[in-house]
Amino acid sequence: MTRDDALLSVRDLALDYGNGRGVRDVSFRLWPGEVLGIVGESGSGKTTLLKLLGGQLAPDAGTIHYRMAGGDMVDLNDLSEARRRHLGRTELAFVHQNPRDGLRLAVTAGGNVGERLMADGARHYGRIRAAALDWLERVEIEAGRVDDRPTTFSGGMQQRLQIARNLVSGPRLVLMDEPTGGLDVSVQARLLDLLRGLVADLGLTVVIVTHDLGVARLLAHRLMVMQGGRVIESGLTDQVLDDPREPYTQLLVSSVLAA
Amino acid sequence: MSGTEGYNFAYLDEQTKRMIRRAILKAVAVPGYQVPFASREMPLPYGWGTGGIQVTASVLGADDTLKVIDQGADDTTNAVSIRRFFARTAGVATTTRTAEATVIQTRHRVPETPLTGDQILVYQVPIPEPLRWLEPREAETRALHALGDYGVMQVELYEDIAIHGKIKRSYDYPVEVADRYMMSPSPIPKFDNPKLSDCPALQLFGAGREKRIYAIPPHTPVRSLDFEDHPFDIDHPGTPCALCGDTESFLDEIVTDDKGGRMFVCSDTDHCAERQAEAGHDA
Ligand SMILES: Nc1ncnc2c1ncn2[C@@H]1O[C@H](COP(=O)(O)OP(=O)(O)OP(=O)(O)O)[C@@H](O)[C@H]1O
Ligand SMILES: [Mg+2]
Repeated sequence: MTRDDALLSVRDLALDYGNGRGVRDVSFRLWPGEVLGIVGESGSGKTTLLKLLGGQLAPDAGTIHYRMAGGDMVDLNDLSEARRRHLGRTELAFVHQNPRDGLRLAVTAGGNVGERLMADGARHYGRIRAAALDWLERVEIEAGRVDDRPTTFSGGMQQRLQIARNLVSGPRLVLMDEPTGGLDVSVQARLLDLLRGLVADLGLTVVIVTHDLGVARLLAHRLMVMQGGRVIESGLTDQVLDDPREPYTQLLVSSVLAA
Repeated sequence: MSGTEGYNFAYLDEQTKRMIRRAILKAVAVPGYQVPFASREMPLPYGWGTGGIQVTASVLGADDTLKVIDQGADDTTNAVSIRRFFARTAGVATTTRTAEATVIQTRHRVPETPLTGDQILVYQVPIPEPLRWLEPREAETRALHALGDYGVMQVELYEDIAIHGKIKRSYDYPVEVADRYMMSPSPIPKFDNPKLSDCPALQLFGAGREKRIYAIPPHTPVRSLDFEDHPFDIDHPGTPCALCGDTESFLDEIVTDDKGGRMFVCSDTDHCAERQAEAGHDA
């Protein structure tokens, strides 16, 4: 593919929190339908990079070009606040590791799922509710729970609700930060299955941050390995995991095999 | 007037009044937008309408006739003290008749008698920010207003329908002014919301503690938020007023004895008295 097909084109991205930590020299492209995994040890800059992509942090340097639904390529950091927010609740989605950061806990499951639609102008209660019910079903939450608050949900259900709340607007780029982190192993497996199904059915373009190389292998087409704020290795998932080039990646892979 | 020497007309000094008038002009220019102002200490506690009083003081002229309403009534302690305050500090005429007033300061009601272009209605506002309970961060609510990003309020209304089958909010029901800003109409019953729209009178809102002034200029469209399939509506109990028989005015339920006796009467005492007087004439 040529550069022009890319949905996301990141160049020389850098952010320093002021303490020498953050990310630097990050460049990559992402094509529609691709799932890019970001792996690396704790503190390597994965969440920072994701937040830069999602516009929650502004970079010190570098560009993030995004292809809008209309075809125009825009630098996310040049957008007005109004357009960036609009994009953030329509075309982009951000799934937090802790579902409590991505849900409104005082609002019912249906209200949580319907919010992006309402923020984008939906004003027909019946249709909003129908969309909420449809999405609850897709993430395997019983319709009978639609008027319950997420505080009454298990961790796995909360995470599935957060995913429904994000996907309801049909986003073109989904950013996920450790979506299976903090869950029991059996719950993780079910969520992973669900995510695989959604990614395949909807042809989602995803950037997923994970500690878990098993998750990376199951979901990601390509991987970027981060260390100390830099991308030290990237390539097709199987290639990176089965035949790592960098000593650091070799360590990362072997520690998982040992686990 | 004894005891008021040394005070300026309507209590506030001219410089303060000019500052407040500038805020009012800005509020009129941007309907529904909350304009910050340097709220002054008033010789009344917050909650007694210090914001409304400052607005009233700034628009009042020597020829004005002032009416003060508290929950529809002219004779509550609050209404009486504010009326007396301006009678003493500005020497203006006061009235309880809506039709005779040129400036009406109100808490929690809009008069039943239709207002005219010669009148100004000043609302006392405790909490000017309609998004306050949904978004406690001030910087964020400002951003939401600036961007017209009001989905979160719609979620609130969605929740009401999901849980109660209908939008339950019965007062301080949020409105959208001139197709742009979301605004709190102050804690008036939603029954009064339709009166805000296309009203010939200038409507000014003053929040003293929160230091905000906002406005609805005459004949401005004001829309109560709703859903296409759950449109805004006002539910009248259907009972007529026990005193004047009106079937369309907003009613208060009052307890008449200690045996559980109750009756419904007009909340707007001036409106009710007018109707009773008319009925007396006709009889
Ligand atoms: N707000 C902040 N202020 C200062 N330093 C920060 C801040 N947030 C993160 N850092 C530092 O920046 C580096 C990258 O953090 P980041 O959260 O991106 O790592 P991560 O790869 O997501 O780690 P984890 O796997 O633990 O979630 C770390 O050294 C972290 O301590
Ligand atoms: Mg992280």
